[in-house]
Amino acid sequence: MNSRTVEVLVGVFVLLFLAAMFVLAMRVSNLTSLSGGDGYTLVAKFENIGGLKARAPVSASGVRIGQVESISYDPETFQASVVLRIDEAFDQFPLDTSASIYTAGLLGEQYIGLDPGAEEDFLVDGEEITYTQSALVLERLIGQVLFSRSGGD
Amino acid sequence: MTGALRRLGAGFIGALERLGRASIFLFQLLLSLGTLGRRFELFVRQLHASGVMTLSIVLVSGLFVGMVLALQGYNTLVGFGAEESLGVVVALTLVRELGPVVTGLLFAGRAGSAMTAEIGLMKATEQLSGLEMMAVDPFARVFAPRFLAGFLALPALAAMFSAVGILGGHLVGVEVLGVDTGAYWSQMQSAVGFTEDVVNGLIKALVFGFVVSWIAIFEGVDCVPTSEGVSAATTRTVVYSSLAVLGLDFVLTAIMF
Repeated sequence: MNSRTVEVLVGVFVLLFLAAMFVLAMRVSNLTSLSGGDGYTLVAKFENIGGLKARAPVSASGVRIGQVESISYDPETFQASVVLRIDEAFDQFPLDTSASIYTAGLLGEQYIGLDPGAEEDFLVDGEEITYTQSALVLERLIGQVLFSRSGGD
Repeated sequence: MTGALRRLGAGFIGALERLGRASIFLFQLLLSLGTLGRRFELFVRQLHASGVMTLSIVLVSGLFVGMVLALQGYNTLVGFGAEESLGVVVALTLVRELGPVVTGLLFAGRAGSAMTAEIGLMKATEQLSGLEMMAVDPFARVFAPRFLAGFLALPALAAMFSAVGILGGHLVGVEVLGVDTGAYWSQMQSAVGFTEDVVNGLIKALVFGFVVSWIAIFEGVDCVPTSEGVSAATTRTVVYSSLAVLGLDFVLTAIMF
C-alpha cells in the first residue's frame, strides 16, 4: 500500500472522527444551549426544592428562558436559595413575579416556572424573587389527605 | 500435593515478574514518545493499521448495537408508556458505556492482536535484534508509533461507534417502530450532557486505548520467539485486554458517575 493511499485514508479517518464528534456534540448532547456565561441572575428562596437540580430549566409560559445555576442552603432563613440564570433577551419581569417548582409530566424532572406579576418596575440582575411556591412533596400530600380524612369522619 | 502448591506459587511469582517487566517496558515506552515528532510518517502508517483498518468492524457493529438497543429499549419502555424517551436510553447507553467498552473489545480483538502478532513475529525472526545491532532504537521506531496510534485511535473509534449507534437507533426507533422523531432527538438533547457524558465516555476510551496498546505491544515483545509463542502471546493480548477494559470500565464508571 503506497504512502499516498495510506495518508488519504488516515485523513478520511480523522474527518470521520470530527464528524462523529460534531454529531455527538451538536445533535446528541445539550451543548448548543450551554450558554452558561451570558444572561442575568435572579435569586429565589424556597421552603422545599424537592428534586430540583442544577441546570434544570427555567420556563415562562412553558417556554425555556434560562436554567438553574446553583442551589444552596441559607442557614439564616432556613430556606433553599436557588440562583436562576435568565437569558438577556427576557429582562422585563415585574417585581412581583412568582417562581414555582413544577414537575414536567408525572414522573419527569422538575423545573421552575415564572409567572409575571403586574408591577411596573422590573427585576434586575441579582434581585430576589419574593413570591415563591415550593415543590410538591408527595409524603406531605398523603399526610394531609389522611389527616383531613380522619378529621372529617 | 506439594507439587501443585509449588506450581501455584511459581505461577503467582511469575505473574508478578511479568507485571514488573510490563511496567518497566511502559516507562521506556513513554520516555520514547518524544521522538515521534521526527517520524510522523511512521505514526501515520500505524494510525492506518490500527485505526482505519478497524473502522469497518466498528461502524457495522455500532450500527447493529444501536438498532438492537432501540428494539429492546422500545419493548421495555412501551410498557410504561414512555417510548418517547427511547432517544435518551439509546444515547446514554451508547455514549457512557457501550461506545467505549465495545469499541475497546473490538479494538483489542482486531488491532491489538494484529500488533502483538506483528511484533512477536519481528522478535521471532530476530528483526528487533537486528535493529538494535544497527543502533536503531526499537522503542522509537517500532513501539512508540504503534502505542500512540492505538492510544489515539480508540477514542476516535468510540466516538464513531456512538454516533453511528445513535443513528441506527433513530433508524429503527423512528422509521420502523414509530417513535416521534422530534421527541427522539429533543429528549436526548436535554438528557445527554456534553461534559458529563460525551467527554467522560471519551476519557474512558482514552484510558482503554492506553491499556490495550500497552498490553498488545508488551505481549509481542515479551513472547517466546517461536510460532507457538507468538500464537500464545496473541491470545493473551486479547484475553488480558478484554479483562482490563471491563475491569477499568467498572472503576471509571464508579469514579465518574
